[in-house]
Parts: sequence; structure tokens; C-alpha cells
Amino acid sequence: MKGTVIKYGDNVDTDVIIPARYLNISDMKELAKHCMEDLDKDFVGKVKPGDIMVAGKNFGSGSSREHAPGVIKASGISCVIAETFARIFFRNAINIGLPIMESPEAAKDIEDGDQVSIDVYSGVITNITKNRTYQGTPFPGFMQDIMRAGGLINYVKEKGE
Amino acid sequence: MGMTMTQKILAAHAGLDRVEAGQLIMANLDLVLGNDITSPVAIKEFNKIGVGEVFDKSKVAIVPDHFTPNKDIKSAEQAKFIREFAGDKEIENYFEIGEMGIEHALIPEKGLVVGGDVVIGADSHTCTYGALGAFSTGVGSTDMAAGMADGRAWFKVPEAIKIVLTGSLPKWVSGKDVILHIIGMIGVDGALYESMEYTGPGVASLSMDDRFTMANMAIEAGAKNGIFEIDDKTIAYMKEHSAKEYTVYKADEDAEYTRVIEVDLSALRPTVAFPHLPDNTRTIDEAGDVPIHQVVIGSCTNGRIGDLRVAAKILEGRRVKKGVRTIIFPATQKIYLQAMQEGLLEIFVEAGAAVSTPTCGPCLGGHMGVLAAGERAVATTNRNFVGRMGHPDSEVYLASPAIAAASAITGKISSPEEVVES
Repeated sequence: MKGTVIKYGDNVDTDVIIPARYLNISDMKELAKHCMEDLDKDFVGKVKPGDIMVAGKNFGSGSSREHAPGVIKASGISCVIAETFARIFFRNAINIGLPIMESPEAAKDIEDGDQVSIDVYSGVITNITKNRTYQGTPFPGFMQDIMRAGGLINYVKEKGE
Repeated sequence: MGMTMTQKILAAHAGLDRVEAGQLIMANLDLVLGNDITSPVAIKEFNKIGVGEVFDKSKVAIVPDHFTPNKDIKSAEQAKFIREFAGDKEIENYFEIGEMGIEHALIPEKGLVVGGDVVIGADSHTCTYGALGAFSTGVGSTDMAAGMADGRAWFKVPEAIKIVLTGSLPKWVSGKDVILHIIGMIGVDGALYESMEYTGPGVASLSMDDRFTMANMAIEAGAKNGIFEIDDKTIAYMKEHSAKEYTVYKADEDAEYTRVIEVDLSALRPTVAFPHLPDNTRTIDEAGDVPIHQVVIGSCTNGRIGDLRVAAKILEGRRVKKGVRTIIFPATQKIYLQAMQEGLLEIFVEAGAAVSTPTCGPCLGGHMGVLAAGERAVATTNRNFVGRMGHPDSEVYLASPAIAAASAITGKISSPEEVVES
């Protein structure tokens, strides 16, 4: 996957990714109209399909709401790279099939607007704008299987069949 | 190498003699939990799996507590959707308005979790039950769906931080101050992916309510779970509330920890987390002059009877400052009734506070106490993120029920020592 980077800082929590006041509905496309609203009012207007979100430490901290990775995915973001992820967000992203990658090196060096390509299976991140590569942590095989199946539900169904 | 409490519980539920940090396992679940925000998404995913029935009707709990009593039509539709699912699947532990409570106060009170259990809940504060010596952790809706379908969940076995408590709490210092102190020390990602295991001679001095509060906020340090060693108080609590059999797990002497933190409870001061992160803590002595507009006492963190008693001790015979909206939420119907019988509700109303039916409403800016731009609240809740309680330009200060009650009287962040003669 390849896209333009939209960059944020540390501790981007699930309340700013999708404020709880909108969670009286559970349709991700509808909710995506409010994605990142309390942190970046311009996000919804500027995000394009395939864009890559890059952030600092502890991305997705706070609530367990799956709506958070859900609206990021529904906004068209193809992958999130961060220094570290909060654990529930990490789980949820894998379970719903939103590609994510931990790479402190990439998260620090990549800037807003850079063109970046990612191989989620090898963990190699390429910054096309700066002509640099970074190594992210590739997923263990079991998580790759979930990602390949397109999320946990498909994975469970495939295993059951 | 020995195992931590958490590792032993996970090994037993994965059918393994031993597990190591970092190992991926499938564990059997003793309870799968959801609320009115996360369950609608989980039910849609569950229906895609196509299994028809849940794995065990007695091991699924659904508690509509966030936007209930329904705050608007959309919330009512979501609540109706999960009510119909609970009825259709004959979920035994579905709790409707009138019998419900805030899930993490209700589930232990109903005896649905005991020591040694493995619990997942589609709510980040599911870690609360670590107070009972259970492994419990927050997950998303898809995990809840898969858990409801086959009664198992995947886990990466966590490393652990050992927190050794010594001494006992000074007057007006509570479990809330202890956990805020620890989060202030290690940071909001200080325990990322890890367990926080509480042990040491100081544990005995903590009430069960204090322990629930401390386990509840493990997630605010990024932890997978917080867990207390089981002692006589835990056993007494479980015997009073549950007929389920519990198992006591103790960490091995040679269990490996990433770090060991010692906390002398006797040395702690009442502590406040300033906006906009729970690790932005100051002691009450460093708080300065912070005028407030609202006080919220309640939530899964601090809405238990012990919390209400402390608040009542401070509010009794006093009035909240004019203009400070003070809203008190007993966390369950049982706590509400007990507070009524003990005369606490009368003290609150006489003091000029409003008393509400149980709901998570204000904690997450849902309803029953949403803040406008520029407003500040002292809340006994667990998060003070940007926009958490309403407008993105509002502010939440996290504190104990004692500080919250004292602040309601003075209209600014205050120590109970300022309003109550000792």
C-alpha cells in the first residue's frame, strides 16, 4: 500500500478519534463524518482513500470502542503507523482488518504530506519523499492470518468451515 | 522462571502447565461482557459468524449503562436492538433499567466474577475485576462477538509490573489517590501491554472499594489488567456476593517483572489529575486556585457505597456553593438503596446536590452533565481527555470523592481538610 501521510502527535485517544457523543449510532460510514473532529477539524475534508496516518506514542489510548479503528478505516486510511499503540486499539485494528504498524523510527522521521509505501507482512516502510526506509515490527503469523482473512470474524468463519 | 498471577490464570484457562510472556494463547472465557455502545457492533458481527446461539447463556452479560436511561431516539434504538438480542438468545445476565447499574460495579455485586476467572468485556474498564484476583481485560466489539460465539479469546501473555504497597492510607486519602499517584509516576503508557500486580503488606489496609477503583484505572496507565492478590477481605466479598467457586493464584517467588515499584501508602496526599491526561497529576497542595462549575461523584471508578459515605461525611450539614452543579450517581440500584437507607441521599439533597439513577452518562460526555466550552468539572471518573465530558474546550479534573465533595462546597479544587475540622 502507498499513500500520503497525515501526521499527529502522542497519546491520540479514542475520544478524539471518535467522540462518545456520536456513539448513539454504530454505522461506521456515518460516524466517519466526525473522525478526528476534536483534534483536527480539517481531517474529514482532506483525507483521501489510501492516505496513511502516522502518530507518536500510545495511539488509540482510552476507550475500547471499536468505532475508533472503524472510522479510521471507513475514512479511507490504508494503514496507521505509530511509535506505539494502546493495546485495545491494537487488538481492535487487527480484528477489524485495519493495517497498523509499530515503528518508532518511522513515526519520528516521517512528516506530514510525505509519500510512504508499506509492506505490512515484512514490516518494511519506505518514505518515497525522503528516499529512506524504516523497519517496522511485522505481525506474528497468527495475526497475519487474521489480517489476510480481513479480520477476526472472517478468520473464525474460515476456521469453522 | 516462575509465573506471575496473571500468567498462572491464563495458563490454566489455556489448558497449559505454563506460559511465558509474549506467548500467543487461546483461553477459555468465564464471562463475556458488553454495554449499549459496544454490543450493537458486536451483535452485528456475531450474526455474521452464523452460529445461532451464544456459547453459554449464563456466561454472557449485557448491561445497557452508557446512554441509558435512553438519552435520545438513536440511543433508544440501540438499546432496543440489544434488548431484542438478549431476549432472543436468552442471555441470563441482561440487566434492564430498574435492576441495572454501571457494569463494573454491577458485575462483581451480582457475583458474576470471582478470583481466578478470565473475563473479557467490550469496555475498557473491564479491568476492574482484577480487584477480585481475576484476569479481566477490555476488548473491542469483534472480540466480544467471537467470545460470545465460541467462549474463547486470543491473548498475548503479558509481562508485569509488581507494585508493592506498604503502610496504610492517611485520612482523606483513598484508592483513587493511590492509582492517580501511580499513573502520575509511570505515565499513561507506563504499563503498556503489561499487568499491574498489586502485592505487599499495604494491600490489607485497602477496602474492596479502594481496590476496585485502583484495578479500574489500570487501563489509564495503558495496562492490559490490574490484579490484586486475594486475601481475607477478597474472600469475604466473594462469599457475600457469589456462589461461584473461586481459585486463589499467587505469583511464584521467582516470577519475572519488568520493574518493581514500591508505594508507601502512609506518605500519599490527596491527588488530582489536571487536564488533559490522567498522568498530569498534582497533589492537592500543588493544585493552586482552580474555580469549577460542576462536580460529578460516581462512575465505575468511584460510585460505590464507600465513595458515597465519604462524600456524605463532607457534605453533611453543609451546602454546595451556589452555581456549582453537583451531581451524584450511585453506581447500582443496590448501592442506591443502601445509600437511601443510610440517609446519604438525604444529606446530598439537603446539601444542594442532585442524585441520579445509575448511568455512565456524564463520564463520557453522553448526557446528565455535559460541559459547555470553558467549563471546568471536578469528577471522580477516570478520564480527562479533550472533550471527554462535553465541549472540546471544557476541562475535567480527576479526583477522589473526598476532594470532589470538598470542591463542591468551596467552588474550587479543595482538600477536605479545608472544609471539615479534623
